[in-house]
Amino acid sequence: MAMEFKLPDPGEGIHEVEIIKVLVSPGDYVEDGQSILEIETDKATSEVPAPVTGKVKEVRVESGDTVRVGDVVMVFEETGEKKREEPAKKEKAKKEEEAEERPEKREEKPQKAGKPPDVQRGEAGKGRKGKGPVPAAPSTRRVARELGVDLKDVTPSGPGGRVLTEDVRAHAEGKEPARKPEEEPKEEKAPTEAAEKKFEPEGRTERMAWRSVRRTTAKRMIQSWNEIPHVTHQDAADITDLETLRQKHKEEIKAQGGSLTLTMFVLKAVAAALRKYPRFNAELDMDAEEIILKYDYHIGVAVDTDRGLLVPVVRDVDCKSIVDLAMELPQLAERVRNGDAEREDLTGGTFTVTNVGPMGGTGFAPIINHPQVAILGLARAKLQPVVVGDLNEYEIRPRLILPLALGFDHRVVDGADAARFVRAVVEAIEDPETLMMKV
Amino acid sequence: MVVGELSEEVEVLVIGGGAGGYAAAFRAADLGLDVTLVNAEERPGGVCLFRGCIPSKTLLYAAEMVKAAGEVERMGIRFGKPDIDFNRLREVRDEVINKLATGLEQLAKKRGVRLVQGRAQFESSNEVFLSESESRRMRFRHAILATGSLPNNFPGMSFEKGSRIMDSSAALKIEKIPDSLLIIGGGYIGLEFGTIYASLGARVTVVEMMDRLMAGVDRDLMDPLIKELDGLFEEVHLNTKVSDLKETDKGVEATFEGDDAPQTFDQALIAVGRHPNTENLGLENTKVELNEKGYVTVNERQQTNDKNIFAVGDVVGGKLLAHKAFHEGRVAAEVIAGKPSAFDARAIPKVVFTDPQIAWCGLTQDAAEAEGRKVKVVRFPWSASGRAVCMGQTEGVTKMILDPDTGRILGVGIVGRNAGEMISEAVLAMEMGAVAEDVALTIHPHPTLSETLGEAAGAFLGTAVDILPQRENDPDSAE
Repeated sequence: MAMEFKLPDPGEGIHEVEIIKVLVSPGDYVEDGQSILEIETDKATSEVPAPVTGKVKEVRVESGDTVRVGDVVMVFEETGEKKREEPAKKEKAKKEEEAEERPEKREEKPQKAGKPPDVQRGEAGKGRKGKGPVPAAPSTRRVARELGVDLKDVTPSGPGGRVLTEDVRAHAEGKEPARKPEEEPKEEKAPTEAAEKKFEPEGRTERMAWRSVRRTTAKRMIQSWNEIPHVTHQDAADITDLETLRQKHKEEIKAQGGSLTLTMFVLKAVAAALRKYPRFNAELDMDAEEIILKYDYHIGVAVDTDRGLLVPVVRDVDCKSIVDLAMELPQLAERVRNGDAEREDLTGGTFTVTNVGPMGGTGFAPIINHPQVAILGLARAKLQPVVVGDLNEYEIRPRLILPLALGFDHRVVDGADAARFVRAVVEAIEDPETLMMKV
Repeated sequence: MVVGELSEEVEVLVIGGGAGGYAAAFRAADLGLDVTLVNAEERPGGVCLFRGCIPSKTLLYAAEMVKAAGEVERMGIRFGKPDIDFNRLREVRDEVINKLATGLEQLAKKRGVRLVQGRAQFESSNEVFLSESESRRMRFRHAILATGSLPNNFPGMSFEKGSRIMDSSAALKIEKIPDSLLIIGGGYIGLEFGTIYASLGARVTVVEMMDRLMAGVDRDLMDPLIKELDGLFEEVHLNTKVSDLKETDKGVEATFEGDDAPQTFDQALIAVGRHPNTENLGLENTKVELNEKGYVTVNERQQTNDKNIFAVGDVVGGKLLAHKAFHEGRVAAEVIAGKPSAFDARAIPKVVFTDPQIAWCGLTQDAAEAEGRKVKVVRFPWSASGRAVCMGQTEGVTKMILDPDTGRILGVGIVGRNAGEMISEAVLAMEMGAVAEDVALTIHPHPTLSETLGEAAGAFLGTAVDILPQRENDPDSAE
């Protein structure tokens, strides 16, 4: 019997995944549980297991596709035992009650998971229950493709459940209208026309897909930039002693399979500073008008990968030694670079450190990783002449100076707090022996 | 460096100058891309223009006129037996082809599409080697594969020039009208050629392996045509396989499976389908994949598995129709130009240019029954159409396959003269997601055959004027 396999809900409110790789082709026999798709949710990749033992009849997706939860991705011809009761991801021990709610006959509810059933659908829902595509004119379908809207998600206002171009645009703008087309106010016209005048660049250009990590990063940056009043505070640390210490221990750490870099010291220094100034390890809940202080010190570290910027999170930095971090962080970064990171590796951060030093730079203004309160940026450490003493008696010494920049949310903390916080970090890394001793 | 090793750089390379190929090339050029079209033939146009749609429809038009002239005898107008000047007929056919080919060449030139004759073979995902050409190698940023399809042959035979056993290309030459013609294959090519040859005087025998002609067309739409063909053709053998076929001095000897003795015909036409033209293209040097039937696998954006290479038209399978190829060609060009295009047609019209014509789109009644889908079928017999009665075309039928709950149009089928021109309204209705009411409320000019569409839709609603409302328990409606 043919069975349509819909993309299972990976949980955590994810509606959309990108297909990284299709691991089977039509005609292949698969075992129940065998991996059939590699998908990426937000920034983490995972595999989707086959729901049945049988033959792949049809593959409806390909790598690069963005697929919504509930979309049919493959059709199987069952040959083996009966279909598994639970959607694939359930293996990973998600919430029990969810499994109960989501039995196999999801055909009846084509609406996307995570979206409340729409009572207004009425007639439309009826049309949708039947087989076949959502009724919409070719020009409307074109607009939907352009705006990345799935017609199945749009509340239709046309007769007989037909989706009109206006419905698609309204959906894309985030307002699902219950309005009738004739009641449409005049001023609606303006944005519609503007949207139709699509930006067409001149000259030799190439369009690239805006997907995956790039798109996720963009969305988060927009959110951060729009919501958070950013201020950048700059300082510098003398890391000459730290560098000497690092050089001294580098080889032994390497022998143990780790890698000792400046970042580990900074992570420790940051964790200590966060304890001292808890409002930097927080989140602002605007609706509740409360600042949520966090007592976990999970620090994200920005990593440059082939796929773009990824921020793996080192958990409980306060409980780990520098040696622990030197072992853990390189492995974590490697997993992320290879695309083997789990979702847990990339979520849950409470503060972020970004080190562009290896690439260069004398200073920059890092953007906060929403909803965190602050981000610490490190630029390139440079040997600089430092004047020691006073005007009458002084000495010029070559010292290794590290420029630091803290981007912070001025809604939660003030400039003075930021200055104190950064000073705490600077002082900690300027005294590495003490830093090493702590924990 | 040897001159022959020089590789020309092209932005978009279209391989194949048929319907899909030139549609892609023209659209790409209109979108500002630099386009080179490599075609094995001297002129663009492909099978459709040189060996398919255009010459066959020229001849079918002539056949229809012969028949129409006979039909008006019922009105007291007698033309007598037609006197056919075959040389002139062939000339006209060639004039038609030439006129259209010249048009294509001019359009290509004005658009700045570079036409190169040659055979392209992929050497990699971004380079082709050309033979029988002034160019040797081309490196491309994107290629569009539009190499079409070729007629299937009878097992163990090859089509040779001047042979009494022909494929459709040879049959279009109408070098002579045989006294008797055997057509193997009762699909649309077999029936259209049978119509041409029988109208021009040949005794035509059609042999079909299956239990029906034109598999895939609803039987009730076939009935008026079968009635017509019974008079036009000498014989139609269903459930019959040709077990042996050979050419002798006297003609073609064909043995039907189960018969002892062969039958002799002057000529034979093999019309048993077509296969994709994917050989000798060097596809193995690319990541292009073929499906189990040998067609190139593409997504709805016409992209093959090789991201630089697109494919359109017959070579990707589905219905082997020029208008499908046109559409796919445009999609491929637009995708390359960065537009969010996709081949998402809701209905592809199909037309058999026999007389009467059969045209349909979307779901057929047979297909709905086969998949157990509940539909409502409404039929409007042309005997109730004023225009059809004027024309003496009362055998025609217009039918709609509708969703029983919503009245959404799922499919339309028409048999009768001009059915091919009429089907477009149905295709538009389906593309727009129309329900029967939309078509019924659309004013159709009177008296025309197109009214039958409005009336068929009206029959669903019970608002048709020219026929009585259907009863609930109408046995014709599939429940």
